[in-house]
Amino acid sequence: MKSEIFIIADNIISPLGFTSEENFQHLKKMETGIKSVSGRSLSAEPVCAAVINDDKITSEFDKLNIKDQYTRLEKLFILSIADTLKQAPAVKANSSKTLIILSSTKGNIDLLGSANNNGFDKKRLTLWETGNVITKHFGNPNKALIVSNACISGVLAMIIGKRLLEQGVYENIIVSGGDILTHFVVSGFQSFKAVSNEVCKPYDASRDGISLGEACGTVILTNNSALRSPDSILIKGGASSNDANHISGPSRTGDGLSLAIEKTLHEANLKPSEIDFISGHGTATPYNDEMESQALTASELQNVPMNSLKSYFGHTLGAAGIIESIAGIHSIKNNTLIGTYNFKELGVTKPINIIKETKTQKLNNCLKTAAGFGGCNAAILFSKN
Amino acid sequence: MSATNYISAFCRISSGKVNVNHSIMFADENEESSAAFIKSVYKHYQINYPKFYKMDKLCQLAFVTSELLLKDNKITEKYSKEDIAIVVSNSNSSLEIDTEHQKTISDKENYFPSPANFVYTLPNILIGEIAIRNLIKGENTFFIFDKFDAQFTADYVNSLLNSGKAESCIAGWVDYYEGSYDGFLYTVEKTPGVLGIEHTTEQLNNLYK
Repeated sequence: MKSEIFIIADNIISPLGFTSEENFQHLKKMETGIKSVSGRSLSAEPVCAAVINDDKITSEFDKLNIKDQYTRLEKLFILSIADTLKQAPAVKANSSKTLIILSSTKGNIDLLGSANNNGFDKKRLTLWETGNVITKHFGNPNKALIVSNACISGVLAMIIGKRLLEQGVYENIIVSGGDILTHFVVSGFQSFKAVSNEVCKPYDASRDGISLGEACGTVILTNNSALRSPDSILIKGGASSNDANHISGPSRTGDGLSLAIEKTLHEANLKPSEIDFISGHGTATPYNDEMESQALTASELQNVPMNSLKSYFGHTLGAAGIIESIAGIHSIKNNTLIGTYNFKELGVTKPINIIKETKTQKLNNCLKTAAGFGGCNAAILFSKN
Repeated sequence: MSATNYISAFCRISSGKVNVNHSIMFADENEESSAAFIKSVYKHYQINYPKFYKMDKLCQLAFVTSELLLKDNKITEKYSKEDIAIVVSNSNSSLEIDTEHQKTISDKENYFPSPANFVYTLPNILIGEIAIRNLIKGENTFFIFDKFDAQFTADYVNSLLNSGKAESCIAGWVDYYEGSYDGFLYTVEKTPGVLGIEHTTEQLNNLYK
């Protein structure tokens, strides 16, 4: 009999706030964190993006009274993890039974574009060193596990956390996902002509590309039933897959994502009809959103209410899977479906059920999906306790 | 959960040598550069895959290593494509091509970022390239470690097989940065295969020296 794995603390840091609660309040009111940004050396032209205020990061970080020097991303990881540990005082970060998993696509890539790596040692460019910096800060004796698997990194990191907890080596796993917005990333997506000039419009008929964002999100997972409360959320299943089709374009049929969804539902022992809502990937590129409509229909989930939060947070890459999952978890806890900001008219060929306006409804089971470059897909299933 | 799994075959490309299942199949006598060596391996084995020339160096290394690993060890014919996993790690992520992309955006007067480079600025693209070539659709994950972590890799891959999440796995380490390269990929199956080495931390450390 496998032990049950549940989430006992969570945090989101985004332009919409520095706690999950703050973020969820803005989502409920359908307020976006994306705006036109200029002059932050992200792009020669103004760009629509979800950017966290630098002064806010500094003032929040100053409260922690830390002497060492940290990069922008490391500060976000530390702030986010610290907030979850405050919520779960029984979880000891310095215990050998606690593991830290980090999810990031680009880590401290901003150092590459700054003179002399901004004063940091060159190895700070590697994600394993970011892991060392974070475990050292929290006094964690284990080597951090780093997942870097494009835009499914966050969902995948939680799935791996669940699997490791089931094996019983660890009692608690802190999973934190973060990526910052940089000229590096913005210029790359612009070269793909994939960035919308406005706030992105997931699944909409007039969608024309992504909005980028930056964020950090953390969850604490445990297999210790003594830490369980009525508010804890269960992770019932999760799987990843590959389209084996194209490195930068999704499969036309959605069969890869569909495979990950079906493996997830099988592990969770749930039927499609038992899923109350789906937190989609919804990047608002023509191909991605179309692929999702194909995959969900193939998995008999086309009627299930579904949203994308990319028009609130932007695409936050390695953070996306985690912060969007946390929003989904708060939807379950609050029995509240979040409307998809900027969605007006369905623009995919299969008639999926996109939530337009926020509404209350009894919710038990949430499916979160993700897809990314390299043809990767992932799905994870959260349930009310 | 203690079922035995086996390393059924491996390929290592490093230090100017190609080692497949303990046989040195090809070695560089002219001390070529790393990129040239990987291309010469590709040509030596007459691999015909035009997409190879579009790949960055990290993916070229991963691709050639996987081709030689799977050449006489056709796991894709033995297992359903959905049941083959790919689990790879490295130390330097995609920093080699990251640096190339950065060069194209650092100078406002000479600004030319290209999607052909940018798409490779994620380490898991090499998993995608192997998956596309072999139509493999199962579990896939890219991890970053300071050096190859035999214990984690053995434990994680064994758990995928023992829990029924995969029937077979291509696992290993592929790193390329500033002229240093190290490709090490191996197949894990529930049956011994060509090599029949037990897939344990100790055996993996023996193999990857």
